[in-house]
Amino acid sequence: MVPLNYYLILSAIVFIIGVVGVLIRRNLIIVLMSIELMLNAVNLTFIAFSRFLGSMEGQVVVFFVMAVAAAEAVIGLAIIISVFRHRETLDPQEMQLLKW
Amino acid sequence: MAAFDLLRWIPLIPLLGSAINLFFGRALGKKTAGALACAAVGAPFALACYVFWQLPAAGIFRDTVYTWMDSGAFQVNVSFQIDALSAVMLLIVTGIGFLIHVYSLGYMEHDEDLVRFFVYLNLFIFFMLVLVMGDNLLLLFVGWEGVGLCSYLLVGFWYHDPNNSIAGNKAFIVNRIGDFGFVLGMLLLLTELGRQGVWTLDFLELQKHASMLSPAIISVITLLLFVGATGKSAQIPLFVWLPDAMAGPTPVSALIHAATMVTAGVYMTARLHFLFALAPETLALIAVIGAATAFFAATVAVTQNDIKKVLAYSTVSQLGYMFLALGVGAFSAAIFHVFTHAFFKACLFLGSGSVIHAMGGEQDMRKMGGLKSYMPATYWTYVIATLAISGAPFTAGFFSKDLILWQAFSHGATVLWGIGLFTAGLTAFYMFRQLIMVFHGDCRADAHTKAHLHESPTVMTLPLIVLAIGSIFTGWLGSPEYLWGSRWDRWLEPLFGAAEAHHGSVQTEVTVTLITLGVVAVGIIIAFIKYGRAGAKISASATEGGFFYGLSLNKYYVDEIYDAVIVRPFTACSVFFARFFDPWVIDGAVNGVAATARGFSSIWRGLQTGNVQHYVAGFLLGTLALLAYYLGQT
Repeated sequence: MVPLNYYLILSAIVFIIGVVGVLIRRNLIIVLMSIELMLNAVNLTFIAFSRFLGSMEGQVVVFFVMAVAAAEAVIGLAIIISVFRHRETLDPQEMQLLKW
Repeated sequence: MAAFDLLRWIPLIPLLGSAINLFFGRALGKKTAGALACAAVGAPFALACYVFWQLPAAGIFRDTVYTWMDSGAFQVNVSFQIDALSAVMLLIVTGIGFLIHVYSLGYMEHDEDLVRFFVYLNLFIFFMLVLVMGDNLLLLFVGWEGVGLCSYLLVGFWYHDPNNSIAGNKAFIVNRIGDFGFVLGMLLLLTELGRQGVWTLDFLELQKHASMLSPAIISVITLLLFVGATGKSAQIPLFVWLPDAMAGPTPVSALIHAATMVTAGVYMTARLHFLFALAPETLALIAVIGAATAFFAATVAVTQNDIKKVLAYSTVSQLGYMFLALGVGAFSAAIFHVFTHAFFKACLFLGSGSVIHAMGGEQDMRKMGGLKSYMPATYWTYVIATLAISGAPFTAGFFSKDLILWQAFSHGATVLWGIGLFTAGLTAFYMFRQLIMVFHGDCRADAHTKAHLHESPTVMTLPLIVLAIGSIFTGWLGSPEYLWGSRWDRWLEPLFGAAEAHHGSVQTEVTVTLITLGVVAVGIIIAFIKYGRAGAKISASATEGGFFYGLSLNKYYVDEIYDAVIVRPFTACSVFFARFFDPWVIDGAVNGVAATARGFSSIWRGLQTGNVQHYVAGFLLGTLALLAYYLGQT
């Protein structure tokens, strides 16, 4: 059986890729995908612990997260499409009207 | 004490009249609006007569409309009450008010703003009725301020001339100084009685509990209240507004500045006689100020050339007599003089208004003369009123002024009596000087004015005649004991009680009266010698008349002195504050706070870039920091 550490390290790597993607990418679609990466990294952790502890609760939470992530992706993409129609760009650095 | 639901309608009807004319007056037209305004004072007069008829000598009618303030033990009602004193004032205000309303129909006929005039005039009657009918000091004060407001509005009625507005402002501001004293006195009275456990401003309650206060406190309270009275009733040192208030239309001068409002101070003092009677020092001061004002104003009146200015100073002087009477404790005599003075002074003012009306607005007596033959009704009523104010035998002024002088004499205030006596002579002199200058001799008006001279219409002469009749017979109510006795004193006796006990024998009283009559006769004779002969010099300029003449003609430079001592330093202070203190200190502080905040915010606002990714980075850093902190803990 693959030890728990491997799962956790893989999950951490995926999460960091997601964080870096959110921080530095200049395209909102990629940013959204990076957020999905982070969510799934967390899901992976849940599953790993679920198996390790022999408890089903972690899996229940994962299903819940996937449902929320699906809804979030739908809304996020809809907003992105709407923004694109108005601004002809998806660069988050071009979207900084909400400040002093 | 009996409840009497009709009472509330006495002040409410004029208020309704005022409101209707305010909103619909222009639509109704001048004639209807004027008639409505007269009816709105005539109806309360009829009610007042009915109330007076029903009122037993020692009784009180009361009508509580609603509770105005209710705070713990302290309660103030909007509640009207009528007792012997209020009833007298009520009759004066509504009766004389009604006559003057009728007169105004004629006097203001050609004025564009007739409707506005009647709105103010009705409003004034409302507030004056609140003043005399209120059953507590606070309600009296509401009326007190209200009549001040109406006075201001009516003095500045012809606001196109800035001088009139200035006169209105002066009246209002000088009154405010007095009112401030009134408010302080009222608050002190309330809190000092409250300290003793009695929270009330109700006159009957106050009377019951007045003796709980220490004499020193009563002196302070009465002095403060008297400051209010000097403002409203034009006594030294706050009399300066009244002569200027003559800028208003003449019916206003007659109603507000002679018959009713200016006697509010006398009424207030008489209303609170139980307090004043406990403060002999205040009473002494009131007597001195009254006598001084009477004398001082009379000496100014003798040289004035403006027909209304003479009457204005004469009013100040007569108010001085009333305060002299109050000061020697003769409250009933003071109110009696209020009553008779209302008739003859209103008659004089309306007569002068009739003259001014005929002369096309001219008020300078040097340009009048010989009007006797042009306007006989005005002339004869004027003669009667002049005789009355001078104190000719068996006119109203004879009885009331004589009573005051006798009271002063019999209370041992010989010096004040002497001043009052001399003033009586001066009064006779300046009133006959005016009568001669206006009605006798040759007409000095220019040809144009002369061609338009006419007797006033009946709506104006009729009130004059009624008032002239009153100028004679009202005095008969208060005749001395050696004639047919005083119904007046018996009427007010339940209120003022034994404070009015007469000392001195009948012989002394008759002697004093004869001395007064002698002095008055001398005054009249001098007036005829100086002004009555053919070709007599009517007036002199300030320089050729000698020092005292100039002093009197310029009103002792009181206005100039006040201007230099109070108004100018005050204005200079205001300018300093407006030019320096306000922009630099007040605005500086406010703007400084704003600038400091803006300075700091300009540092921090750089953090808010608007870029989502920066925020996420901050979020991440914060989370990592917290994580590191908790991991470091364990």
